[in-house]
Amino acid sequence: MFVNQFLFLAAVLFCIGVYGVVARKNAVLMLMSIELILNSVNINLLTFALRNGSTDGHVFALYIIAVAAAEVGVGLGLVLLVYRNKKTISVDDLSEMRG
Amino acid sequence: MIAQNIGFWIIAIVMIVAALRVVTTNNVVHAALWLVVVLAGAAAQYILLAAEFVAVTQVLVYIGAVMVLFLFGTMLTRARIGTESDLNNSYKKLGIPVGLVMFAAMSVALVSSFGDEKLPQTASVVSTQEISDQIFGPYLLPFWALSFVLLAAVVGAIVLARKD
Repeated sequence: MFVNQFLFLAAVLFCIGVYGVVARKNAVLMLMSIELILNSVNINLLTFALRNGSTDGHVFALYIIAVAAAEVGVGLGLVLLVYRNKKTISVDDLSEMRG
Repeated sequence: MIAQNIGFWIIAIVMIVAALRVVTTNNVVHAALWLVVVLAGAAAQYILLAAEFVAVTQVLVYIGAVMVLFLFGTMLTRARIGTESDLNNSYKKLGIPVGLVMFAAMSVALVSSFGDEKLPQTASVVSTQEISDQIFGPYLLPFWALSFVLLAAVVGAIVLARKD
């Protein structure tokens, strides 16, 4: 197996995730796109762990999984709060901080 | 090696199709279910990369916990479950060139850096003991920091979501 086939898979997933973050208006769907990006990073880390024969990449991948879980928890708490106050979770409607 | 390659390409194509459905479907619940396919495919790729502990953690944390959170978030923020028309920005066409340019830049960098370099053929599976020796040895300080991040996230989520 080539190194590049895993790295290209991760690159494709990353770009799809970036497209999702740019194109989506619904806050929950934006969080899902961020999960795609984080998963592509994990594939990269584990590929390089195997290539270099070290376990550091595994540790970083586990840390990223934990941080992603925390991020989703706080993110969905924020989305719930926004929904309760504004009755919508479309990020285009949140313009209070626009000057 | 041949079997692993065939497995890789099948899983990779399924993952890419599912990821495209996540960012293009018009139904939030369907997007969450397509995301399950992507996450399960990622777990399978981790096993191909000789990382079985990370793969099991991926299944437990992502498919078990994070997906339940997403489905609850969908349920709590929307009255009806079904197709919606206004999930995308008005300028969503702008995302396509952004993604393609990023992919082109990454492709050039990957091809010029790694070319046709191969992964080691005789790699053994990384055992859970090796990973725990790393986490509770040189990486103990980040582990503590991560514990505080999780604690702060739990408390913050409760503070944000409670009613009063």
